[in-house]
Amino acid sequence: MSDPIVKISGLNKWYGEFHVLRDIDLEVKKGERIVICGPSGSGKSTLIRCINALEEFQEGEIVVDGIALGPNLKHIDAVRREVGMVFQSFNLFPHLTVLDNCTLAPIWVRNIPKRDAEATAMKFLERVKIPHQANKFPGQMSGGQQQRVAIARALTMNPKVMLFDEPTSALDPEMVKEVLDTMVDLAEEGMTMLVVTHEMGFAREVANRVVFMDAGQIIEANTPNEFFAAPQHARTKLFLSQILR
Amino acid sequence: MSDITSSSFVRRDLLTERPAPVKTTGFIGLVRTRLFNSPTNILLTIIGALLLWFTIVPSVRFLVVDAVWSGKDRTACLAENAGFAVGACWPYIQAKLPQLIYGFYPEAERWRVNLTLLLAVVLLLPLLIPRLPAKGLNAGLFFLAFPVVAFFLLHGGGIKGFGLSWTAGLLELFDDSIINAGQVLLGLSKTSAIGPLLWIVGQLIVLVGTAISWLIFPLTWLRDQIQGTGQSVWLDFAITAAIVSLIGFVLGGGVRTGGRALASCIATFVAIAVVIKLMDLDHGGLSIVTTNLWGGLLVTLVVSVTGIVTSLPIGIALALGRRSTIPLIRIFSIAFIEFWRGVPLITVLFFATYMLPLFLPGNFTVDGLVRALIGIALFTGAYQAENVRGGLAAIPRGQGEAAAALGLSWWKTTSLIVLPQALRHVIPNLVNSFISLFKDTSLVSIVALFDLLGSLRASFSDPKWSTPSTAFTGFAFAGIIYFIFCFGMSRYSLFVERRLNAHRRN
Ligand SMILES: Nc1ncnc2c1ncn2[C@@H]1O[C@H](COP(=O)(O)OP(=O)(O)OP(=O)(O)O)[C@@H](O)[C@H]1O
Ligand SMILES: [Mg+2]
Repeated sequence: MSDPIVKISGLNKWYGEFHVLRDIDLEVKKGERIVICGPSGSGKSTLIRCINALEEFQEGEIVVDGIALGPNLKHIDAVRREVGMVFQSFNLFPHLTVLDNCTLAPIWVRNIPKRDAEATAMKFLERVKIPHQANKFPGQMSGGQQQRVAIARALTMNPKVMLFDEPTSALDPEMVKEVLDTMVDLAEEGMTMLVVTHEMGFAREVANRVVFMDAGQIIEANTPNEFFAAPQHARTKLFLSQILR
Repeated sequence: MSDITSSSFVRRDLLTERPAPVKTTGFIGLVRTRLFNSPTNILLTIIGALLLWFTIVPSVRFLVVDAVWSGKDRTACLAENAGFAVGACWPYIQAKLPQLIYGFYPEAERWRVNLTLLLAVVLLLPLLIPRLPAKGLNAGLFFLAFPVVAFFLLHGGGIKGFGLSWTAGLLELFDDSIINAGQVLLGLSKTSAIGPLLWIVGQLIVLVGTAISWLIFPLTWLRDQIQGTGQSVWLDFAITAAIVSLIGFVLGGGVRTGGRALASCIATFVAIAVVIKLMDLDHGGLSIVTTNLWGGLLVTLVVSVTGIVTSLPIGIALALGRRSTIPLIRIFSIAFIEFWRGVPLITVLFFATYMLPLFLPGNFTVDGLVRALIGIALFTGAYQAENVRGGLAAIPRGQGEAAAALGLSWWKTTSLIVLPQALRHVIPNLVNSFISLFKDTSLVSIVALFDLLGSLRASFSDPKWSTPSTAFTGFAFAGIIYFIFCFGMSRYSLFVERRLNAHRRN
């Protein structure tokens, strides 16, 4: 739990003239769980999408498990293999069954034989508690189930880091819990996680650190206890007062 | 009646099933609820019935009731001999059937056409039935092996070399055209204002060409050596097989996992060898039947099947090109698509048939049928590109992002995630284009190719069968044939659509 597995230094990104990310420095240690929160449009999604090179950036460097990702996006493939991602809108492949969703990448990226890939996929589907739905299509499942499949799908690639971009905000309230439970399980197994979420309960329970962003910069980062009990910055206080009502 | 309004209720005797009232089901129900349930519907029903009466009845009369079914020549189909107003003259179709199917394909060689059609059906049917196994092998046979076999069956002729000779020949042609271009520039430099510049560029190009010719010299030398021996085909075949198998073995992962690749390479070459031997390709093959003798349904099928099979990949490539981030590829794709969509097919065919030969280098000729084929494939390809693009646009960006986040490359994302979904969205449009392509093949008859319709029209001029109803009979027959094929495609596409879109039903 010492050396950083993700190290972001001096990260700057512009959309045209618009400076979305400003001088971001962030270190994530192995096994650490970080929750990123902040008002809409503050650049949270953009930040974590930079970590697996779904977005390019103009300045700075991101090192994931020793692999450096600069503005020229050289080691994209290597980095993406280390990093799993879960999206707000699930993004399961609708034309493939749940099982095929989970075996596609192991088969085509890691060249694992189909039978082994299926065994691994079933193992992860069991962990997210939907092994009996393996032959359904995503369209036949509830949102919460789909998101759990998406988590299983990312895990089949054995990532060292998992990124979550608002994994529960497209879900009906009664399904939020099942997805959060899955994520708590994952955290207990020691997975390194970066989670963009507004679920403050999850942040309190699971996070090692809460990072608050606004206007493309990190405003405040602290342990959950300190962060919620004694926010320092005025914007943090405002944000917390709005979100906790 | 039990009193349900009181606070507690327990049913004592279960109700038995009763048939629905007569007035709402069955024929009477249909008539009451669908046909005569409102004044507008009554009016529409009457108009519909009249329309049916005025179309179906005369058609049936013409095709069946008033038709003549047997006879030796036109006299059988004349009203004064038949004793009634004659409808369709079927003996005419019967007499002309060979011409309508084979055109002027020599009678003694027609078994080759039949064999090709049989092969096509045998390979295509299992491909169309989803339940049957080995789709990969089957598709490979139909899309790669069958066209080659069909060519040698229908056209005839043999081969003088194999992979090595062909590669050498192609490279030589390529190199020659480079050197030619250089020499043309050198020639121009004598008269042009920017002479020195042209001279330098020309010299450079010639130099490059010469360098290439030295580079490929070992290959051409080997080719000439092989051609010198008596067994050129088999020697070349053995060398090609060895090289390709070796490459397959290495690419397949060498000693550890390359065994499978090696085995499939060897199996493929053995199969090729068997085909060469069976068709005697090493000794000149079957006698050559030039394409100007082909005709009838044969030409229609050759043109439409090649068009259908080649236009889809062309369309997919163009559609992907149009969305590419590389400007050169995008501009080329857009220009290509817009060009072919902007000109009528007739113009394309005329251009391909009469103008293209003027542009090609002197010693380079392309068969007339092939020219029409290429024209149609590119033309339909441009349309398919727009269809496919519609499907691509319907795929949310998140799909590509999810695939990328899993580490899939652009090619794998496109072929495994994006295209399968995009194509499913546009099956109706794709098949629509296929159907219109099938019917548009009849346009080739204006560039001196005799497809089904062309052969039919040619047969009208036979005085032996000229009767008042000959033309009507012929067109009715052609119409039925076209309808069978198009309706078949349409039905099959519905089936595929329903099957592939199973995931969209909840
Ligand atoms: N492709 C784009 N082009 C231009 N601007 C963009 C693009 N994508 C996002 N932005 C802008 O960048 C800013 C940060 O976006 P981002 O999606 O990272 O915000 P966020 O913090 O995730 O917000 P939310 O909570 O709504 O998801 C926003 O102001 C957004 O309008
Ligand atoms: Mg966001």
